[in-house]
Amino acid sequence: MRYVLKKACVFVATLLVISVFVFLAFQIIPGDPTTRMLGTQATPEKVEALREELGLNAPPVLRYFRWLKGFVTGDFGMSYSYNMPVNELLSGKLGITAALTVLSFIMVVLISFPLGILLARFAHSLTDRLFMLFNQIVMSIPPFFVGIIFTYIFGLVLKLFTPGEFIHHADDSAGFWGYLFFPALAIALPKSAMVVKILRSSMVSQLQEDYVRTAFSRGNSHWRVLRMHVLRNAIIPVVTFLAVTLVDIFAASIIIEQVFAIPGLGRLLLGSITGRDLPVVQTIIMIIAVIVITVNFIADISYKYIDPRIRFR
Amino acid sequence: MKFPKRTLALILAVLMLTAALSACSGGKQGETQTETDPTPQSGNAEGANIGEPVMGGDLRVGIAQDLDDTFDPHNIISAGTREVLFNIYEGLVKPDNDGNLVPAVAESVDISEAGDSFTFTLREGVKFHNGETVTAEDVVYSVSRAAGLGADKPMIDGMQIITSVEATDEKTVVVTLGEPNIEMLALLTAGIIPAGSDPAVETVGTGPFKFVSRIPQESIVIEKFDEYWGTPAYVDSVTYKIIDSGETIVMSLKSGALDLVAHLTSAQVNELGDDFTVLDGTMNLVQAVYLNNAVEPFNDVKVRQALAHAIDRQLIMDFLAEGRGAAVGSSMYPAFEKYFVPELVDEYSYDPELAKQLLADAGYPDGFSFDCTVPSNYQPHIDTAEVVAQELQAVGVSMNIKLVDWETWLSETYLGRNYQATIVGVDAAMMTARAMLERFTSDAGNNFVNFSSAEYDETFAAAISCTDDAEQTELYKKLQTILAEEAANLYIQDLCDLVAMRKGVGGYEFYPIYVMDMSKVYFTN
Repeated sequence: MRYVLKKACVFVATLLVISVFVFLAFQIIPGDPTTRMLGTQATPEKVEALREELGLNAPPVLRYFRWLKGFVTGDFGMSYSYNMPVNELLSGKLGITAALTVLSFIMVVLISFPLGILLARFAHSLTDRLFMLFNQIVMSIPPFFVGIIFTYIFGLVLKLFTPGEFIHHADDSAGFWGYLFFPALAIALPKSAMVVKILRSSMVSQLQEDYVRTAFSRGNSHWRVLRMHVLRNAIIPVVTFLAVTLVDIFAASIIIEQVFAIPGLGRLLLGSITGRDLPVVQTIIMIIAVIVITVNFIADISYKYIDPRIRFR
Repeated sequence: MKFPKRTLALILAVLMLTAALSACSGGKQGETQTETDPTPQSGNAEGANIGEPVMGGDLRVGIAQDLDDTFDPHNIISAGTREVLFNIYEGLVKPDNDGNLVPAVAESVDISEAGDSFTFTLREGVKFHNGETVTAEDVVYSVSRAAGLGADKPMIDGMQIITSVEATDEKTVVVTLGEPNIEMLALLTAGIIPAGSDPAVETVGTGPFKFVSRIPQESIVIEKFDEYWGTPAYVDSVTYKIIDSGETIVMSLKSGALDLVAHLTSAQVNELGDDFTVLDGTMNLVQAVYLNNAVEPFNDVKVRQALAHAIDRQLIMDFLAEGRGAAVGSSMYPAFEKYFVPELVDEYSYDPELAKQLLADAGYPDGFSFDCTVPSNYQPHIDTAEVVAQELQAVGVSMNIKLVDWETWLSETYLGRNYQATIVGVDAAMMTARAMLERFTSDAGNNFVNFSSAEYDETFAAAISCTDDAEQTELYKKLQTILAEEAANLYIQDLCDLVAMRKGVGGYEFYPIYVMDMSKVYFTN
């Protein structure tokens, strides 16, 4: 319990530090929101008036605390570009990106666990070697590239989905998941390849351990040893990696959204950065930070349940 | 984060910014070969039309950027926004695809002899999208709002010289100027909105389409307005899908998710195949290496002229778009036929030897090196910069390309004028020669190249106060000649603009300004 408390404190502290950086970043990079809003029509007077209106003339420290207070109370402010509250703007988008991330993560687990175990079972065979070579290749292809290939093959040639014709969940649930299938797979493939590699090598090294010999000597079948003993011990590094992967997937989905024309957070984030729509950018980055930290937090806690020998201090 | 070429998309997006303002944008694009070709009224001239138009259908159009600046017709920042809002709002007059101003909400206009007063007779029975009939009061409100009467600044630059807007009876509105300006009519294309309304809150105009809905960074839907006073649109609705990535926009065309996309690159068009009709126009902008005339070494006219001889425009056009595009020699694009001076295109022949000679005369026998700032969101400008750098290398001048994002470009280069050279496209938000040429007067707020010439300033003053159209045109041509002779900038081209339509869609027409007129687009059988 103390461990959890301690972690929670670190959690909050990390978020605070990130919030300072997020805030500072946009104070430092060139380009003022008013420049973009006024474009080439800007005159010093107009800029000044708009800055005043947006509250940008207050001292930075004051503005930071105003923003922080709003953030904590769930008031993320008004978007400069869209004339609507950031909450409203994000509500629809976050769900789409989250759905894509979760679907992709499930795919990673479904693809990589059976494969990793299978390859560990037949480690060093010819099939294993060939597959690991192939695996290495898949691992090194960036998701957006896989995405482009997928749109071409599955969208244009096989016509399994219509690139560019995103379907909202509210309109057609099956269509929504159907549209997300290929983008999710495009992200999942390279990630799966990495998980396969880690799981396989972790299991292969566990297979050298004494307890494995003991388990065999008790007459367990090969599969049973793998499943009941080796996997359990081999999984710790994999869980750590999966936590990182989940975050990676989230980041990758931002890029994949561009390729598949999915109106999620990614589009909005990029558009808002270009437009210096600070309330939107800051909120999205903070949301991402919360997700990253939460996932790692959960991963830390989960070790204990996977391996009771681990003690929290 | 890097995406696969997000060229088009972003590009546009941002770029477009230009618009109303003044223009400089990196990317507007838009238009017109139709216009330059001798095919006056024809959409068909391009082979765009196959089959008979049918009424109805839902058209899906890909655009690269959301309308994230505004829906206010008097406060449009980006060209991409203007392009969409053109279908929703109309002014007293509106531009047609030949570049003429034709009556819209007004039925006729009478310009006083002195050129300082415009009397508009309103058209009978023009309806707003909310069902109300347009009254003189609405017109007075809209024009006063755009001109900033009662406020300290006009919403639309240039309209500040309007001193009063009065309804003399129910059908007549008189706009009075503080000084003669026969070009003011072009600014009176500003959208007419209901009296007292705030267009940022309610999007109500009189155009052929009415606004239905939007989802930020996803789509904008407009619908045919049944009570439109003029020629009704063919299609029932238009859905603009915002797709920022260049690859994705091409895939979406091929997959059938989109029917029409403008502002494509040659590479994108080459991927499309036979199912599409491609129209070839120009963007109505002047792409150039804009030089900061106030800093070394570009404050020396010899240096500027030397570099002008060192650039081979044809090579740039070949490299960028397989030779498409139109060479320019001064700050005017060819679609602006009335003012364009074709002879200036050849003012500086491509002659590296002469360039070296001129550089030596100017005191740079060994050349020099300088930084060229290029907005990173518009691939054609970046590609151009690479070719230019090669060409200049040949005469011993090394140009370092500095990529910056659009925001930075706006604040540092455009507004801050803190640069040596930059490559962008400059357009005219309004269809006036003045919009292109005023920025080069010595004290113009948007004279980002710091060009300064007493002769230019005098000629410009004479041009704008001139009330005779022919004489004014000559003066505007003279201004372009001065810019060319002084080599104020290294003029390159008006970039090509490619529009792809699915077979079975027709009617798209280029305008000499940056708009997409959806009311003329139709499906065929």
